[in-house]
Amino acid sequence: MKIPNLNKPIYLLLQIFLMICLVQQVLAVEKLDYQLEPEQIAEDTYVFIGAKEDFSYENGGNIVNTGFIVTEQGVVVIDSGPSKRYGQQMREAISKVTNKPIIKILITHHHPDHFLGNQAFQDVPIYALAETIKLIKRDGDGFLDNLYRMSGPWMSGTDFSVVEIKALVLKQEKIANHTLKYFKFGGHTSADLVILDESTGVLFTGDLVFHNRTLTTPHADPENWLKSLDKIKAIDFNIIVPGHGEVANNIGPIEQTRDYLVWLESTIKQAVEHGLDMTEVLALPIPERFGSFGVLKREYIRSVSHRYPVYEKLIFN
Amino acid sequence: MNKFQHTFIFALYVSCFNFCFATSQVDPLDSPSWESMHSKILNNEPVIFDDRVQISMPDFAEDPMNVPVSVQVNNLENIEEIVIFADLNPIQKVLSFQPFHIKPYLSFRIKVEQSTPVRAAVRTSDGSWHVGGSWLEAAGGGCTAPSQGRAAGNWHETLMNVSSRSWIKNELGRVRFRIMHPMDTGLADGIPEFYLEYFDVVDAGGSVLAKITTYQPISENPVFTLDINKEILKPINLLGVDNNGNRLNAQIEN
Repeated sequence: MKIPNLNKPIYLLLQIFLMICLVQQVLAVEKLDYQLEPEQIAEDTYVFIGAKEDFSYENGGNIVNTGFIVTEQGVVVIDSGPSKRYGQQMREAISKVTNKPIIKILITHHHPDHFLGNQAFQDVPIYALAETIKLIKRDGDGFLDNLYRMSGPWMSGTDFSVVEIKALVLKQEKIANHTLKYFKFGGHTSADLVILDESTGVLFTGDLVFHNRTLTTPHADPENWLKSLDKIKAIDFNIIVPGHGEVANNIGPIEQTRDYLVWLESTIKQAVEHGLDMTEVLALPIPERFGSFGVLKREYIRSVSHRYPVYEKLIFN
Repeated sequence: MNKFQHTFIFALYVSCFNFCFATSQVDPLDSPSWESMHSKILNNEPVIFDDRVQISMPDFAEDPMNVPVSVQVNNLENIEEIVIFADLNPIQKVLSFQPFHIKPYLSFRIKVEQSTPVRAAVRTSDGSWHVGGSWLEAAGGGCTAPSQGRAAGNWHETLMNVSSRSWIKNELGRVRFRIMHPMDTGLADGIPEFYLEYFDVVDAGGSVLAKITTYQPISENPVFTLDINKEILKPINLLGVDNNGNRLNAQIEN
């Protein structure tokens, strides 16, 4: 075998480059810098794509997709992220793209990675579905405890109870040169807001759609979720922004979400009916086609814990 | 090789041997409470950490009120008792299982208050304990929260009701049953401990297949899974009592 000469300048440069990358990453965690880079996906439309991971000290909860639309009147923000610090850094990143004011925040649903950045936008009206506001009041404290535990120092100063959220009642609204359509769907939680920008064809699905990242089910109603996926598929869009995972320009992420959800539900239901215990269900093989999903095993374990008891109740009643 | 070298090598052998001998006694889970568990639950009797004793559970508790645990013992003869405990739980002892005429396999769910090792210790007739287990990561709160039945106030309507299902699988009969009981730990404010203490699994001929002693950390409305020889005389009966003297007397029909 030919052994490369590692003293060649090219390898030395590569080594230096790798060292710099490593040092930068370490420094980012130390400085609690999310390194948010807006990615333009359509005219006036930008997203911040989070890691396909679980909450951790390393990622500070930056595991979620957020976005913003720069209208002639001002900026509309979709979801505020997992912490006060994320919201602040998001705001700073937006100000580098446009000097227009932020005029509206829309929260897709009540999970903590989507609304805990609200504090950074307290001077702006924040909207969510009425049911979402109720659920934030119900679950907010528990979410906050959990994220302080999982993301640690990134969370400091984050509190949800100090921020007022208004109920979104409109079905559609025209903001200068953009027309936004609001859909009240459900299934991932009991209230999931889906937003279509009719002017650009960009569809923000919240967590009703996951892409190459395993979906989460702590508040899921799978039957309703599948109905919502049908409705989302029927919407005329050009670009789809899932709640987690890459942006796409086709129905792939919708189909992928459906595929996993159908498999998950039928697997657990059948296992319960065949007398498998919960630990045996946890040990079942997961089909190869889901193998590349982020956080696969951990989310599968979580989902079994949520869904197995539901089906077990049916066999005992 | 001179005399000094011989002595040195001999010393090396001795220390190696000592080291190997010692490792069989060292807790592989490196739990801060192992010594105390050894004396409190296993009476300082001889212990062997043994792969034949297996605990199956997730490595983290999504729901600390309901952590699924299965214990399975393979190729170990003369089993007298299987004790399940969680070192760092406020109440460590979870369950004791005496499989008289039944496979040494049992599934159930437990409440945990924080991250903890969960272990199964199997006492064989020679008086030694064979111990297996693993760590469970948990955010906690499972032992100090009130049961749902207490919170809803309707637990007494269904107390000791039993639902069950059975299957034939791989030449074995599997039975799963749920016993309605709040299983209050006594650690939630203002709610005294109230839990199922034990029950016998008895076949139609009156012979006791297994005795299961349950403690406060067993989850509310406990569900158990057992594998029973399919030739067992049916129906099977569950006979037991809780710490308030309420009797369990149920027949598993199917």
